[in-house]
Amino acid sequence: MRVALFTTCLVDALFPDAGRATVEVLERLGQPVEFPLEQTCCGQMHANSGYFDVDLVRRYVEVFSGYDAVVVPSGSCAASIRHQHPMIARAAGEHWLAKRAEAIAAKTFELSQFLIDVVGTDDVGAHFPHRVTYHPTCHSMRMLDVGDRPLRLLRNVRGIDLVELPRWDECCGFGGTFSIKNPDVSAAMLADKMEAVIGTGAEVLCAGDRSCLMHIGGGLDRIRAGVRTLHLAEILASTETGYHQGQLPTVTTETAETAETAETAR
Amino acid sequence: MSAGETIWVDNPPFPANARRAVNDAQLRRNIRNATSTIRQRRATMVEELPDWQQLRTAGAAIKDEVLARLDRYLEQFEQAATQRGAHVHWARDADEANSIVGSLVAATGEREVLKVKSMVTQEIGLVGALAKRGISAYETDLAELIVQLGRDRPSHIVVPAIHKNRSEIRKIFLNEMGDAPADLSDDPHALAEAARQHLRRKFFQAKVAISGANFAIAQTGSLLVAESEGNGRMCLTLPETLISVVGIEKLLPTFRDLEVFLQLLPRSSTGERMNPYNSVWTGVTPGDGPQQVHIVLLDNGRTKVLRDHIGRQALRCIRCAACLNVCPVYERTGGHAYGATYPGPIGAVLTPQLVGVEHAATLPFASSLCGYCYEVCPVKIDIPTVLVKLRHDVVKAERASPESVLLTATGAVMKGRRRWTLALRLAPLMRLFRHGGPPPISRWTAVRDLPEPPRQSFRDWWVTRSATSKQADQR
Repeated sequence: MRVALFTTCLVDALFPDAGRATVEVLERLGQPVEFPLEQTCCGQMHANSGYFDVDLVRRYVEVFSGYDAVVVPSGSCAASIRHQHPMIARAAGEHWLAKRAEAIAAKTFELSQFLIDVVGTDDVGAHFPHRVTYHPTCHSMRMLDVGDRPLRLLRNVRGIDLVELPRWDECCGFGGTFSIKNPDVSAAMLADKMEAVIGTGAEVLCAGDRSCLMHIGGGLDRIRAGVRTLHLAEILASTETGYHQGQLPTVTTETAETAETAETAR
Repeated sequence: MSAGETIWVDNPPFPANARRAVNDAQLRRNIRNATSTIRQRRATMVEELPDWQQLRTAGAAIKDEVLARLDRYLEQFEQAATQRGAHVHWARDADEANSIVGSLVAATGEREVLKVKSMVTQEIGLVGALAKRGISAYETDLAELIVQLGRDRPSHIVVPAIHKNRSEIRKIFLNEMGDAPADLSDDPHALAEAARQHLRRKFFQAKVAISGANFAIAQTGSLLVAESEGNGRMCLTLPETLISVVGIEKLLPTFRDLEVFLQLLPRSSTGERMNPYNSVWTGVTPGDGPQQVHIVLLDNGRTKVLRDHIGRQALRCIRCAACLNVCPVYERTGGHAYGATYPGPIGAVLTPQLVGVEHAATLPFASSLCGYCYEVCPVKIDIPTVLVKLRHDVVKAERASPESVLLTATGAVMKGRRRWTLALRLAPLMRLFRHGGPPPISRWTAVRDLPEPPRQSFRDWWVTRSATSKQADQR
């Protein structure tokens, strides 16, 4: 099975660790991935701001049409590919593209869906001895219906102390450009989410979307809350001997170093 | 459409209204308490039904059937209602509807009328229009009465005074009701009793009542009003003349279809198994109830909404307000911030379609697209998708803006591998703005840091890694 990784533009540009961890987990499970370099962005940010960029839809379809499956470390982008791509193609009058977009959307999987539904495991052999709370992210939960898949994966991580996030079903207030267009409401929602996160006493806030984590993490950093944000893949990648070896990365750059060391060691 | 009096959309725009509301701690506490109570009740009531999802599917399908053959069902309704002694009137817009109702009231010679709680009469600004003709219309729903006495606007579809707490209500009653007891306390029972005494006098005097309708049955020509207090039923049964304003999307094909909707509505709106009062009437029953029955069928932009194949699902709405009660934005801003009759998620998709997106351009953006509204909607209106579609309409209608330039530019960069690879190498520049920067970055950095940019993009890492492993292979 030829599997492609669509990292999403945000992970490619700002959070490469989430992408590297995804590769790490999949390779450990014996599922190599390819990274077609022509990929860029699914166009969700544009679409949700009202700009339907059919060229980005076409790009996604053309880059990934040759693969048996595409794995995406983002519930939000996977949901956009599944639900918005066909709509954007139709709005542009490109019905043939809409058909192709539907076909590729059907083989596009968010990471936890891919691990459980395609690879067929909810235990990836990870080790992460820290207190973690999980924010399900709205698009994973409601648009993509990933259900409890991420939690099943997390529960099987050795040493993890997984605590429930109060009011977990409530949006963190990111919403893409919503955070810029309605900054006051977004900030009020963020404040409530941070209060819930801090209340759990967790060292790490985990989610399947780096975008929501960028927003919540940015807020937590601002108030020096001392809670780190990690993508689901980064926890699943951690083992006793590999990746960040169960260590808590302090800042992004250090994670990169640890990963590089691990890489060189191999 | 003629705007009516209650539409004051985009003036000021949503973000400005929201800012004021977010900073009003009392308002936020009132709304959070109320919405979380109803939200919990709804969840309990929905969980106990094994076929809830099938009911939602049926509700959506029945409404879609009505919308697909609206012309036929409307004529069927008119014929059935007329046969049973009702007078059916057709109103293109708010002005026509107000003028029809005004003339009907004037013909009775009455100067005072009672009102049953109704969203559509709010939509057309009926009370204000009647006042201009010297006719006083009294709201009889407790919450609507509070809003009317307080010269306020409703802020919720089902609980219009949700933004007021009981001490605020006590003050309104003492100052505005005229016959409130001087020693009135803020005990909910005392407040309800004061309203009951005040209204009872009106029920026995009034000769004319005005209502809306939750459902209109095409097959039989019947109307239905669902309510909790019984004040509606007083208005629907005691006066001699009953005038009902009904949006054309309120139709259901057959009486049997109520089986679905009388399960969906109470559980979704108030978290009850059934509405305490379901009043159904069909034309005139000789010697029983109002002997003059009028029905005003209102378009007011609805046929225009019908033309949009994505947007039209908003016409399935049964005004249960479940979407308001779960919406994280509504919970923090309240209903007034939406600046229109229909607040919350459903308002954000309905209002721009009814009045034109150019008059409500900020409403489709008043959502984080979290999708909770769609999850609870009893008729499966995919509100997030309609919002995105309306955002697209707003953007199409606008000329170039800083945002359009920025998004077009990023879009262009994302259409070439080399451009994109090079652009990613600029990421470290973000370090300059991590804790502050010029607008619009400042809107982000006001309460959040930007992330520490990585030293290498994912793709640069991937390329390096592939090269290294190839070298290793060759060796």
